[in-house]
Amino acid sequence: MKTTRRELLKLTGLAASASLLLGPDKAFARTVQRDTSTQVGMLVDTTRCIGCQSCEIACSEANGLPPPTDKPNAGQRRTTGIDAYTVVNEIESEKSNIFCKTQCMHCDQPACVSACITNAMYKTPEGPVIWRENKCMGCRYCMLACPFDVPKFEYESINPRIRKCILCYDRLGDGKQPACVEACPQEAVQYGRRGDLLDIARKRIADHPAQYVHNIYGENEVGGTNVLYLSSVPFEQLGFKTDLGTVAYPEFTKTFLYSVPLVLLLGPAFMAGLRHATRPGDDKSH
Amino acid sequence: MNTTPTTRSFGRAVGQDLWPFIKSELKPKGKLLTPFNIISAPVILLGLALIVLRFTKGLGATTNLNQEFPWGIWIGFDVVTGVAFAAGAYTLTFLVYVLRMEKYHSIVRATVLNGFLAYVFYSGALALDVGRPWKMINPIIGNSFGISSVLFLVAWHFLLYMIAQFIEFSPAIAEWLGLRRLRKILSTLTVGAVIFGICLSLLHQSGLGALFLLAAAKIHPLWYTEYIPVLFVVSSVFAGMSIVIIEGSISHRVFGNMIDPKHHAEHTDILVGLGRLAAVAMFVYFFLKVLVLIHGLHFDLLNTPMGHIYLIEMVGFVLFPMLLFIYGAQIRNKNVLLSAAIISALGIIFNRLNISVIAFKWDVPMHYVPSWMEIVITLAVVFGEIWAFRWAVNRMPVFVDSPAWAKQIDKELAEPQPAVQEIGLKDKQIA
Repeated sequence: MKTTRRELLKLTGLAASASLLLGPDKAFARTVQRDTSTQVGMLVDTTRCIGCQSCEIACSEANGLPPPTDKPNAGQRRTTGIDAYTVVNEIESEKSNIFCKTQCMHCDQPACVSACITNAMYKTPEGPVIWRENKCMGCRYCMLACPFDVPKFEYESINPRIRKCILCYDRLGDGKQPACVEACPQEAVQYGRRGDLLDIARKRIADHPAQYVHNIYGENEVGGTNVLYLSSVPFEQLGFKTDLGTVAYPEFTKTFLYSVPLVLLLGPAFMAGLRHATRPGDDKSH
Repeated sequence: MNTTPTTRSFGRAVGQDLWPFIKSELKPKGKLLTPFNIISAPVILLGLALIVLRFTKGLGATTNLNQEFPWGIWIGFDVVTGVAFAAGAYTLTFLVYVLRMEKYHSIVRATVLNGFLAYVFYSGALALDVGRPWKMINPIIGNSFGISSVLFLVAWHFLLYMIAQFIEFSPAIAEWLGLRRLRKILSTLTVGAVIFGICLSLLHQSGLGALFLLAAAKIHPLWYTEYIPVLFVVSSVFAGMSIVIIEGSISHRVFGNMIDPKHHAEHTDILVGLGRLAAVAMFVYFFLKVLVLIHGLHFDLLNTPMGHIYLIEMVGFVLFPMLLFIYGAQIRNKNVLLSAAIISALGIIFNRLNISVIAFKWDVPMHYVPSWMEIVITLAVVFGEIWAFRWAVNRMPVFVDSPAWAKQIDKELAEPQPAVQEIGLKDKQIA
């Protein structure tokens, strides 16, 4: 090979520009813990919920979805779907039966957003995690990544969309609350700034220590979520995943993404050197 | 049709027009009613019909994918396994162009061609799986860069690596078309493309594993580890070697008459060398797997149904073929090496499907099983790739030697360089 040095410089330049192009510097910004207290979120107090499905009906209306066809029923697990962004389940527990609303948790550092190849999944600065139709290519990596299995996909459509709760992001701008919050007759779902909601939740636990488990689900799970839960029984009894840990999901791929610019920069230089070193009949020149 | 391979002309003769030549080359060569064609042609036709169905009725009508299982065998086999199988190209070009192990030079073209086509077909199959393929351009043209996504990295690396592999193979195309000037230019790009391609390969082979790092709570703890990316790279080395051995053994039977007798004799040497390398990679892989197992503290899980699958994978499809490779290389037996390669390739399929499908949400009651349509389309993709490979091999200098004029160019390029000033002069003379 002629002019190894030029080759090397060329490759190094190429690698440097490639790593600038592909370098995941922005990826790391997401993994830095920041103050989320002013983001908006929801507090779901499962001790207050009576399973009336008002939230489900309001959600369907607000999002143009068909009204719910089935009711919460103990022993049967309902899941959110392409035409139901929130569902209420009835769960038998050691105390009385508990009703529990589920929807997107609106993580602070969402797995779906870090997975998304097109930035279609987007964490708005206000807090809600939304999906943008004009960007999504339908790879469904968000579904694979989401620890709560929230994003749903329209498999039967030839123009399929990802469907999930967006915390009524389009209504928030008008000064309105999410539809489910507005509809709840029990104030079981509350809307507000995450910091305030945490204060309310802590106060409720402090005021009624016998009524609640002393834990707010979503405060630290997967790095913190903007939807917070209060419960009278341990959360695993409600079917919540309690083994997710407190590490934000983008952290899992951070180390790997760090290695990309390194390999692209050092790899070509190393191999060009190796090729130079294995040049045949070169002993005399050194 | 009935020309014997020795008189069959590879490449365009001087003075022959380009377009009539290409037209004539598009016609089939060789027998049409071979057992392989009789099996593969209906599968490809059925696959094409099902692809039409997929685009007119949607993914729900053709696949068993659902809200619990967003990725099936089109990802787990076509992409994740297919790309591991295509790893022979980067490992072999590393041996030949970086370490200058000339022994393997004669099989580089076939391997790179196979790798290139594998990427085209298998990552092309992604367009079937993706729900909104008309948006696939988004992460490429830059209006939607999801740069925090491992998938973004993998997609870009697929694209760049396909270009790199095309550059690596392009001298063969230039020889086929008789384009001498172009051949000369293209062959100067080979080493750059190889080195860049190896870096890209290391990153996207591991990237395919890193994709599953985000499925932390969903993959069985015996398979989920933060070392998945490393394990994917190391296993891609012997996956690639195994496919090179299998492909080489089949090619030597099917295309044997094209191959220079000199290379026939070298073939055992090459297989023995590849077998040894595969065994080394498998040892490293096995060692890493054991370390991960020890660190994970999941010994209790070994005596569960999933644990048994894990043990079958590790002992039956890694440890056993590794020993078989060593034994085959020791006694220099092609059939033993081929058996080892087949078993370890099956082991790669098993491993990749374990991570992406089988051990993914292993505990849900209604586990995903691919539909017959998913399987037929997958087979059609594989057969399509083999057809494209055969088409190219029958026309381009892949197994046959390059034409004399091309060798002359290589010789000129390989000549030791005189002093710097003279290079400038020489360049001018060429221009």
